[in-house]
Amino acid sequence: MTEQSQSNNRMVIKLVAIVIGMFGFGFALVPLYDVFCDITGINGKTNPYAATYDVNTDVDTSREITVEFITRNQSGMPWDFEARTHRIKVHPGELKTVEFYVRNPTGRDIIGQAIPSVSPGTAALYLNKTECFCFEQQPLKAGAEALMPMQFYVDPQLPEDIKVFTLSYTLYDVTGTSTVAMNRG
Amino acid sequence: MSSVADDLHHDEHHDHKPAGIMRWLLTTNHKDIGTLYLWFAFIMFLVGGAMAMVIRAELFQPGLQIVEPNFFNQMTTVHGLIMVFGAVMPAFTGLANWMVPLMIGAPDMALPRMNNWSFWILPGAFLILLASLFLEGGGPNFGWTFYAPLSTTYSNDSTALFVFSVHIMGISSIMGAINVIVTIFNMRAPGMTWMKMPMFVWTWLITAFLLIAVMPVLAGAVTMVLTDKYFGTSFFDAAGGGDPVLFQHIFWFFGHPEVYIMILPAFGIISHIVPTFSRKKLFGYSSMVYATASIALLSFIVWAHHMFTTGMPLFAEMFFMFATMLISVPTGVKVFNWVATMWRGSISYEMPMMFALAFIVLFTIGGFSGLMLAITPVDFQYHDTYFVVAHFHYVLVTGAVFSIMAAVYYWLPKWCGKMYDQTLAQWHFWCSLISVNLLFFPMHFVGLAGMPRRIPDYALQFADFNKWISIGGFAFGLSQLIFLALIIKASRKIGEPATAQVWDGAEGLEWEVPSPAPYHTFETPPEVK
Repeated sequence: MTEQSQSNNRMVIKLVAIVIGMFGFGFALVPLYDVFCDITGINGKTNPYAATYDVNTDVDTSREITVEFITRNQSGMPWDFEARTHRIKVHPGELKTVEFYVRNPTGRDIIGQAIPSVSPGTAALYLNKTECFCFEQQPLKAGAEALMPMQFYVDPQLPEDIKVFTLSYTLYDVTGTSTVAMNRG
Repeated sequence: MSSVADDLHHDEHHDHKPAGIMRWLLTTNHKDIGTLYLWFAFIMFLVGGAMAMVIRAELFQPGLQIVEPNFFNQMTTVHGLIMVFGAVMPAFTGLANWMVPLMIGAPDMALPRMNNWSFWILPGAFLILLASLFLEGGGPNFGWTFYAPLSTTYSNDSTALFVFSVHIMGISSIMGAINVIVTIFNMRAPGMTWMKMPMFVWTWLITAFLLIAVMPVLAGAVTMVLTDKYFGTSFFDAAGGGDPVLFQHIFWFFGHPEVYIMILPAFGIISHIVPTFSRKKLFGYSSMVYATASIALLSFIVWAHHMFTTGMPLFAEMFFMFATMLISVPTGVKVFNWVATMWRGSISYEMPMMFALAFIVLFTIGGFSGLMLAITPVDFQYHDTYFVVAHFHYVLVTGAVFSIMAAVYYWLPKWCGKMYDQTLAQWHFWCSLISVNLLFFPMHFVGLAGMPRRIPDYALQFADFNKWISIGGFAFGLSQLIFLALIIKASRKIGEPATAQVWDGAEGLEWEVPSPAPYHTFETPPEVK
């Protein structure tokens, strides 16, 4: 029987190793998902860092792309938040600036974070933002308002079948967890 | 062989068990633990069923009349959790504990002490889950799939208890699965090669591998929910750089293999019952083995068919659609093999066979509605409607649960030594069969017409169908009390004594030991030819 129980023990150790490995795999899915989506751009996430615009970029005047902007607040986020431009026509390669308006109607200082998402998701890879309020957390004092700029260009490589895409911003209240100093207002 | 001396020896040592509750608390006997699992599963089946009765009572008429919407949501959530983790999975584990050692000629499970643990942590897990319903603010109300952010941002503090209880359930399942694998690998009787193993053993072996592969992923998912909610991480919170859709990917990476965990052992059971009562060998044994393995492998690449409406790109939707449809090929192999086994057999309609036949027909209906759901463009209409509810109840109730009932009727005489009460069995079968279809079939219609699931109220045009669905639900619930009476009667040793073989067409090692099966069997391994 000892031979039997030794072989049982060896087997149990192997199986427990699989269990631990799969527990780790569950967590490994988190970075894998991000990398996969970064490469393929399939979940509509835009680049969180500023792109640089080359002034010599060829503007493709033969195509016109409609970019739409929508805003929404996560429930519990009290700011007024709206796009000053709701839709804009751009040629691929052309640099454009749009503005978003925010106002903090409450009596307390709040820090917000806007999260962008592009639909259809495949367009996200071709939307290059050289400047965006979404790159940083935005503090706003009680009662204050602000215009937040967003400067972008559409990569001329944008697939031919995409003629319209929508950039959506969802604004979150991150006051509790933020490390940004409250200075605007 | 000094058999007389051996027998005396056995009487002195082996049939000695502590009296009363201590026997059950301390037992390491696979038959005792199998019995514990089965009773636990049946109690949970009745508890989860009582919650379904609350749901159906509320939906009997349009409007809100009996329970608060928040409590309704808790009922749908906990009903799902209990039926999946408390009823179906422990019932299959109980059957594995009882039957796998008997079928492979082993004296017990390979790791009997761990076996005791894996059962006895389970009641604790469900006590925690049920206790959370009585907390201020109530228990989990976000659906058994606990999608973030419902379970993170918008849930109440009972979520910590939910997470803890799911962790314990997971550990229990993993220990049970490890035990099954080690037993099957190391303790088969001499001569029982892989391709001579009974189908129930094969399907359970593959199920056990699925369990150790995906239960840890579930544990990871609930852990992420816990840290997102209480420790400030942002796995699923877009504001902190996470992604709520990621939750669905992780959950369904566990969730889809999980549904096969709940059906593969059922395939094994049916593959025993159909040949027995057709008095023929199982048609296509090796294709059954390969089909089971293919279903298990395919289950890892189809998870996103639960997520067609999350805005996936077209190529991903196409991939998951076709991969899902591919599963119907090995499943079809199984169904055709069962039908071919019956072809020109001398079939008799004892109760296990009746349930097996009901399984084959009704599970196939559930499979077809699954194919309909796999078609991406139409899934946008079916998603989150009662059509989905109809689909998974056909595969889980008339599929998994009916197979468990078939297994109980098939092996109860072996466990108790007495035949079940034929009259009660007939009543149980026909009441269940009629009421379960009254309960679930009209759900297809209200689902196609757009009635959403998990909502305590509905549009007026669905009123008539819902009334009939509720009546079917109450009848199905009450029918299970007949089953309870039948099992209590047999376990109190009332009834016709059963022979060792029980069914004249039955084959396999489990029919070579006397009925009821002695406390210790196969201490000398049998020779398999």
